[in-house]
Amino acid sequence: MRPTVAILSAPGTNRHHDLAFACETAGADTVHVNVRELPERAADVAAAQVIAIAGGFSYADALGSARVFAMELERRIGDLIRERVESGTPVLGICNGFQTLVRAGLLPYPGDVTAALAHNTNGRFECRWVTLRTVNTTSIWLRDLPDAVTAPVAHGEGRFTTDGHTLRRIEEEGLVAFRYATPGSGCAGGQYPANPNGSDNDIAGVVDPSGLVLGMMPHPENHVVARQSRGGSPNGTAGLALTLFRNGVNHALAR
Amino acid sequence: MRAVVESQLDVHTVFVPRTANQNCELARRAERLGFPGVTFVSHDAYFLAGCTEEQSRGITSALINEPFVRDGAAVLSPLGRAVRVHVTRRPGVTDRVAHQLRASASAMGIEVSTATGSCFDITATGTMTEPDLCRLVEALLCNLIIETWTTGTPVPGFVGEGTDPVAGVGLVSLCGLDDDGLVSLSKCRGLALDLAEMRTVQEWFGREDREPTDAELETIAQTWSEHCSHKTFKASITTPDGPVEPLMQQLRRATVEIDAPFVVSAFDGNAGIVRFGSMPPLAVKVETHNHPSAVEPFGGANTGVGGVVRDVLAAPARPVALTDILCFGRTDTAPAEIPAGVLHPALIEDGVVAGVADYGNKLGVPTVAGAVLYDNGYLQNPLVFCGCVGEVMEGFPAIGLPRVGDRIVLIGGGTGRDGIKGATFSSMTMDATTGQVAGASVQIGDPIVERLVGEVLAGLLDRPDPLCSALTDCGAGGLSSAVGELADGIGASVQLEKVPLKYAGLQPWEVWLSEAQERMVVAVAPADLADVLAICARHSVDAADIGEFTGGGRLVVCHGPTVVVDLPTDFLHAGRPARRMTARPRRASRSEEFARIVPDHRTTVLGLLAHPTIASKEAVVRRYDHHVLGATVIGPMAGQFQLGPSDGSVIAHPGSSEGFAIGIGVNPQYGIFDPEAMAWAAVDEALRNVVVAGADPAAVALLDNFSWGDPTNESTLGDLVHAVKGCCDAARAFAAPFVSGKDSLNNEYEDAHLGRHSIPPTLVVTALAHVPDADLVPGTALQSPGSIVVLVGRTRAEMRGSHLDLLLGADHGGEVPKPDHSAPRTYRAVHEVIRRGLVLSAHDVSEGGLAVALSEMSFATPGISLDVDLRQVHAEDTVALYSESNGRMLLEVAPGCLEEVLDALAGRATPIGRTTDSDSMVIVLHESTVTVANEELRAAWGGAR
Repeated sequence: MRPTVAILSAPGTNRHHDLAFACETAGADTVHVNVRELPERAADVAAAQVIAIAGGFSYADALGSARVFAMELERRIGDLIRERVESGTPVLGICNGFQTLVRAGLLPYPGDVTAALAHNTNGRFECRWVTLRTVNTTSIWLRDLPDAVTAPVAHGEGRFTTDGHTLRRIEEEGLVAFRYATPGSGCAGGQYPANPNGSDNDIAGVVDPSGLVLGMMPHPENHVVARQSRGGSPNGTAGLALTLFRNGVNHALAR
Repeated sequence: MRAVVESQLDVHTVFVPRTANQNCELARRAERLGFPGVTFVSHDAYFLAGCTEEQSRGITSALINEPFVRDGAAVLSPLGRAVRVHVTRRPGVTDRVAHQLRASASAMGIEVSTATGSCFDITATGTMTEPDLCRLVEALLCNLIIETWTTGTPVPGFVGEGTDPVAGVGLVSLCGLDDDGLVSLSKCRGLALDLAEMRTVQEWFGREDREPTDAELETIAQTWSEHCSHKTFKASITTPDGPVEPLMQQLRRATVEIDAPFVVSAFDGNAGIVRFGSMPPLAVKVETHNHPSAVEPFGGANTGVGGVVRDVLAAPARPVALTDILCFGRTDTAPAEIPAGVLHPALIEDGVVAGVADYGNKLGVPTVAGAVLYDNGYLQNPLVFCGCVGEVMEGFPAIGLPRVGDRIVLIGGGTGRDGIKGATFSSMTMDATTGQVAGASVQIGDPIVERLVGEVLAGLLDRPDPLCSALTDCGAGGLSSAVGELADGIGASVQLEKVPLKYAGLQPWEVWLSEAQERMVVAVAPADLADVLAICARHSVDAADIGEFTGGGRLVVCHGPTVVVDLPTDFLHAGRPARRMTARPRRASRSEEFARIVPDHRTTVLGLLAHPTIASKEAVVRRYDHHVLGATVIGPMAGQFQLGPSDGSVIAHPGSSEGFAIGIGVNPQYGIFDPEAMAWAAVDEALRNVVVAGADPAAVALLDNFSWGDPTNESTLGDLVHAVKGCCDAARAFAAPFVSGKDSLNNEYEDAHLGRHSIPPTLVVTALAHVPDADLVPGTALQSPGSIVVLVGRTRAEMRGSHLDLLLGADHGGEVPKPDHSAPRTYRAVHEVIRRGLVLSAHDVSEGGLAVALSEMSFATPGISLDVDLRQVHAEDTVALYSESNGRMLLEVAPGCLEEVLDALAGRATPIGRTTDSDSMVIVLHESTVTVANEELRAAWGGAR
C-alpha cells in the first residue's frame, strides 16, 4: 500500500513538483492542493496520511516570507490542520513551507507565533550545498538519517531566530532537528558559509514537541537520488536525504 | 524589529528599519561614487490612505511588523545633522508589495489605498551642498525613471491610481512633409524609421487619401523596428567585393544544409525546437535586454528574463533552465570617468544581478549557466543576454496559425502605461538624456504572475487536443506586435476597451502599444472560449476576449465606436522597403607582433586569475537558485566543496539519466581584431563547454546573439558580415546548426561632444546539446592523486586579444586564435572516451589559456594538485601558458586507462603530467619552474571582487 501525501502550495510555490518526486521515490502517492482551492478541497487534506508544505515564494513573499500563505491557510483550514496534527498526522514544511509553519504558530510550539525566519545576515538570497548534522533522532522524521545529510539551501529569509527564553526551551527539550555544520560535520559556530544565513545556534530545522511536525530551510527533496549531487557536494551520496521521506512514509504505513 | 507609524492628514506612514548591514552597504557604495564618510539610517516606508489611525495600526501589526526579528527599532527622530530623503515610486510603476498589502488588508476587512517607498537619513562628515546631495541621491538611492524623491513631504504613488482622462485619437500630419520634415518627425516622435521608410508610409497614406492616426504610425514603427523586423539581418548588403547574401539567409541556409535530424524547428516562431534521444523536445531562446538594463538595471534585467521565458512559453514549452550572460564596465572605474547620464557599472551590476535573481528564483526555474565580462567598452552600454530552455508541451504539433473566427484572448497581467515604445527605444542610440526620455520604456516584472500564466498555458496546451490554435507573447510593441503578428495574412478586429487595465486614464494608443509584462495572446475557437476562461479563473489569472481573427486581411482596432487603427496586414508585414546597406569589411590579418615581456610567471598566473572576467563569479551565481526542479546535475560551481568553476551545465530530470547540456561561447576581445575568427572561436568554445560536460558533439544546436554597434556605419556592418561568415563556417564544420538567434544593434552612446562610443563587437553563442548519460559526466574538479593529465589539441602562438594582453595593458599584435579544423573529429573522440567512462575530470581551455585552466582544476579540490611539464606544448613558455588557441581541453585519466584514451584520440592528445596529493601546483617550463600553492591560486581567483 502507498500512503498519500497532500502537498500544499500557494500561488508562487515552486518546489511542489520536487517535493512530490521525493515523496513518490520514497513510496508515497501525492496529491497537490493549492491554498486557493480551499476549503473546497479540504477533504483531500483530511484524507492524506502525510501533509507537506512545499517551498517557493508564496504570494511573492511580498509582505515577508510566507506571511500571506500562513494567513490564508489559517483563514481557510486552520482548524483542520491543528486537528490533523493532534490526531498524529506527520507534517513537513520545507523552506517557504517551514516559514509557513512558523508563521501559522505550528512550530516550534503549537499556539502563538514564537520564532521567525528573518532575512539572511548577508542580506542576500543564497544558494549552496550545506551539511546538516541531525540533532534530534527521536522524531518520526529523523530516525536513521545519515550523520551528515547534504542538501542545497536556496533562500533569502532563512535565519532562524527567537527570544532567549524560547531558544533555551527549544534546546532543552531537544526540538532542534538539524544544525548547519562544516563539511566535515564539525560545528559551524555561526560562521558563514557553513551556516549560510546566521541562524541562532546554527539551527537549520526544528520539530514540535510531538516530533510529528518538522520544518527546515534546506531542501532534502533536491537530494534523494545520487545524480542530484553528481556535480559535487560535500558528502556525496553519503549525504542522501531520501531516508527522511521514507520515514514519513513508513510512519504512515505503520499507523 | 519595531515599526513606527506617523499619521499626517489622511496618510499614515509606517516606517520599518532596514538592517545595519544594509546601511553599511549603502555607505560603501556611496564611497565608490565619490562620497566618503557619508552614513545612512534607512527605513522601508508603507503608505496607507483611506483608513483610520486605529486601522493603520491593525494593518501594521498583522501585515508589516516582524516579531522576534532583532534588527533594531525604527529611529525617526531627532534628525540632528542628518538630512531626511523620501523616495517614492511614480504612479503606475508595478509595486508588488503595495498590491499585496492592499489585498491582504482587504481580506482583513479594511479597504485601504497603499503605496511603498524608502526613507533615508543621510549624515555627511563635512557639509553637503545641495547639488552634492542631489547627485548622491540620484546616483545611489533614487532611479528617476521609476521613482521621485524629496526632502519634504513624500508623494506616494498609490496602487491603482489613475492619471489623465482618456483623450481621443490623434491624427499625425504627413501630407506635404518634405524629406527633412519626415526625418525630423521620425526623430521627435521616437519612431526610429529612416527616410525611405518614412516616405513609404507617407506614400501609402497619400494613396489612401488620409492622415495616419497616432496609433497607426506607432504600430508601423514598432512592426518595422530593428527589434521586431531585423532589417539589418534581412538587408541587401553590398561590399567592395560585391553583394553578400542577406545575413539571416546565410544562417538559415547553413542550418538547412547541415540537415541535422534533431532539428524540429529553426528560426521560426518564438524559439528554436530540437529533439534529443528519447526526451521530450526542447525549446530554446536567448534574448537581449540591453537598453532597458542601462537605464533601470533591476527592471531591465528582471523583464529580460520574463521576456525570454514568455518566448519559450509561447513555443509552447515549460521552462526548465535559464542562462544569463552579462557585460559591464569595470566596477573599479573612478566616478569621474563615468559619462553624463550613465550609471556607474557597480550599480548597474548590482541591479542587473538582483533583477535576474529576483525573476528566476521567484519563477522557480534554475539559472544554471552564463558568463560575466568586465570591460570599459561596455561602460555606456551594458549588455544583458537572457536565455531559457523549456520542455515542449504535448499540444505543440497542433499549434500553428489562428483560424478565421477564433477569438483573440489576452491572458495575464493588467495593462498600464509601462514600457511604451520599447521596440523603437531599443533600436536607437543612447545619449545623456536617454534615461529621461525613455522612462516610459522601462517595466518592472512580476514573476509570480508569469508563473501562473505558465500554469494556465500548461492547462491549455499540455494535452494532445490543445484549447487554442495559436499563441504568442506580448513583448516589444505590446498588443500591436502580438496581435499584428498573429493576424498576418488573416486580419483581426480588436476592441481596446475590453483590455483589462491597471488603472484608468490610458489613451487608446497607449493600451495598444503598452509593453506591460506577463501577458500572452492566444487564439481560441469560440466553442473552447468558456473552457479557456475557466482555466484562467482557476489559476486566478485575468483573461479577456478582446476581439476576433476575421479573415479580412485588415487589422482593425477600435476603442468603443472610434477606429484607432485600420491597416491591411500585408502593408504592415510586407510593406517595409527592403533595406540596402553598404559594408566595408576590414582586412583582418596578422599584424606585427611585439614580444610579450612576462618576467615572472607566478605573478602573471595570479594576475590572470584575478582579472575580473576570469575571477570567481561566486558572488553572482550564489544569488541564483540553481537547484530548483531538482534536475541540475552540473551547475555553475564545481568540485566536492564547490570551489571551482564549471564549463557546461547539465540538466537531467532526477528520474532519468538522459539530459542536456548548455555551453556558452563569447570572446569580444578577438572581435576587436578579427570578427570572423571571433565567431568561430565562440562556436568552438560553446562546443567545448558541452563536450567536456558529457554532451554528444553530434547532437548540438546553436543560438547566435549579436550585440553590435550602429550598422549604418560601414565598418561596423563589415564586422557583422565577417562574424556571420565565421558562424556559418563553424556551424558547418561542427555540423551544429543554428536554430534561433537575435540581434541587438545600435549599442552606441553619443557623448556631449557628439563623439560616438560603440561596444566591442559581441557575439554570444549558446550551445544546447544532448547528454546521453548524465551519470557519466565528468566535472571540472580533479578527482584523485596519481592520475595522468592529458592535453587535447594543439597550442599555437595565437596571443592577440588574449587576456594576457589585457593584463599587460596593451595590444602586442600577432594573430587571434584561428579555426582548428581538426576540432570536430577531436571532440567526437573525446566524447567517445567519456562515454566509455575513461575520463575522471575534464576542463575547457579558454580565457587565460593553460595557465588559468590548470589553476582552476588544481584549486577546485583541496588536497589534490597538478605537476605538469609544458616544454613539449610549445617552444615558448609564454605561448604554452597563455595562448588561447581553440580546440583544447584538459582530461584527467587513470594511469591504467591512458593507453586507451591516447589511442582513441589518435595523436591529438599529449600526456603533460600527473595529479599529486600536494597542496601546490607545479608547472615545469623551458626557462623556469612555477610553483604556486592551491590556497594562493584560490585566493587570487576568489579575492578580486
